Amino acid sequence: MGKLLGLSCRECGRLAPVEGTSYCEECFAPLEPAYDYEAVRAEVSRELWASRPADIWRYRELLPLLGPPEAALPVGFTPLLPARKLGRVLGHRVLFIKNDAVNYPTLSFKDRVVAVALNKAIELGYDTIACSSTGNLANSVAAQAAFAGLKAVVFVPAELEEAKLVNTRIYGATLVRVDGNYDAVNRLCTQIAQEQRWAFVNVNLRPYYAEGSKTVGYEIAEQLGWRLPDAVVVPMAGGSLIGRVHKAFGELGKLGLVEPRPVKIFGAQASGCAPIVRAVQAGREQIVPEKPNTIARSLAIGNPADGLFAARVIRDSGGWGAHVSDQEIIEGIRLLASCEGVFTETAGGVTVASFRRLLEEGRIQPDETTVLCITGNGLKTIDAVCGVGGEEFLIAPKLAEFKRVVLGATRFQQPVAFAEAAPIVSGGR
Amino acid sequence: MPVTVRLGSPFRRQTNGQETLECAASNLPQLFLELESRFPGLTKNLCNERGEPRPFLNVYVNDEDIRFLGGTGYNFSDGDEVLLIPSIAGGSR
Repeated sequence: MGKLLGLSCRECGRLAPVEGTSYCEECFAPLEPAYDYEAVRAEVSRELWASRPADIWRYRELLPLLGPPEAALPVGFTPLLPARKLGRVLGHRVLFIKNDAVNYPTLSFKDRVVAVALNKAIELGYDTIACSSTGNLANSVAAQAAFAGLKAVVFVPAELEEAKLVNTRIYGATLVRVDGNYDAVNRLCTQIAQEQRWAFVNVNLRPYYAEGSKTVGYEIAEQLGWRLPDAVVVPMAGGSLIGRVHKAFGELGKLGLVEPRPVKIFGAQASGCAPIVRAVQAGREQIVPEKPNTIARSLAIGNPADGLFAARVIRDSGGWGAHVSDQEIIEGIRLLASCEGVFTETAGGVTVASFRRLLEEGRIQPDETTVLCITGNGLKTIDAVCGVGGEEFLIAPKLAEFKRVVLGATRFQQPVAFAEAAPIVSGGR
Repeated sequence: MPVTVRLGSPFRRQTNGQETLECAASNLPQLFLELESRFPGLTKNLCNERGEPRPFLNVYVNDEDIRFLGGTGYNFSDGDEVLLIPSIAGGSR
């Protein structure tokens, strides 16, 4: 442990001390942890990491903690699944699903970032952990705070899926529902963070929090047999995850743990909130904020904090962006569930549908090893897909009726129909 | 036509801790000019020479992002409250 040198400014490069702050005092740009990579290189190896328990802490030399994590939950190391049927249906040959829908403890990739930020909060002596959230982050902060014995205060837009509210309250967190969209919640939390000595994981602890996302990239490489894919497709809300996956791949190459090679980074958003994708597609160097209107509420951030960096990473890597309608999102969820047995939330539908679009546009080639990052669980957004799926019957408990109604149904007599993809509906939401 | 300007804590290092001030600017570029005249050096990293905010500065007028109101073209109204904060800020107290 202890490979953290400080926080360096992402624009001017100035090095700041390790504390609960997120901006450069000189130019006000965001900060990110700087590591002593020579020291890391001298210590780590594939064998060392592989010999440790299968969770994010095996990569601790590249996480921004100064000592061993005090609240070390077994977060991460989620399955990397070969998605052969989904690939066949969509016309792709080497497709993988990184399935954070089954992450521990709260079934989303946010468990990674919270695990790192919460342990940093403990190191820095905070007793209250807080966040602004579209839901998944709220769930994870509440659960992990309960485990660690910290007080939790969670701010969310008032209009959120009930499952995400239930999954926050149950852990005993203080839930503050704010009458406004996520961007209003985030603005409020930024103001509160300047007044209260609370560890807002995605505000004043953001530099540490964001580093937790890198573990997705480390795991993908390790699970592919210590090699990098040709392409990854990542859903974007604040735009942090996509940059950190890219950073993780770069770090592994720099440390000699994988063969360095360019990985094309693709970003996915909903058409109802796609400020980063639109910047990429228009070749713009700035993000034009949007008022979100999409069923993918976990991605509904109209003023993404890391949007500019995300757009740069996509462009510089040779990747691209796609945005998809609500109808395509639902079809994406259905396809992934029926082809691979993975039930993802709306954000995962965005990823699958955007991958499909990118494949059809020729941005991703059928023989390029491609990983789709599935970041959340479908049980949290069931309203979006009520009534979607296989056929369903209601019968009296009589054998004759079973034969007549179920066996007699025309569709039931046909071969398994999972492999049908509904046509893409373009335009609209 | 005074507007109230509220400065996020990161900027108060250059304002001797002053958090709010009244200002007669009628738009954002003028506001930056007035801030600079009162606190020399403050706006170097807040805006460019055309008075457009830097990417890492968020500007809100009555809690609405100024970009939704027309950005630098927005004309302040009497009593507007203008908030300046780094895009993701907080802490270091």
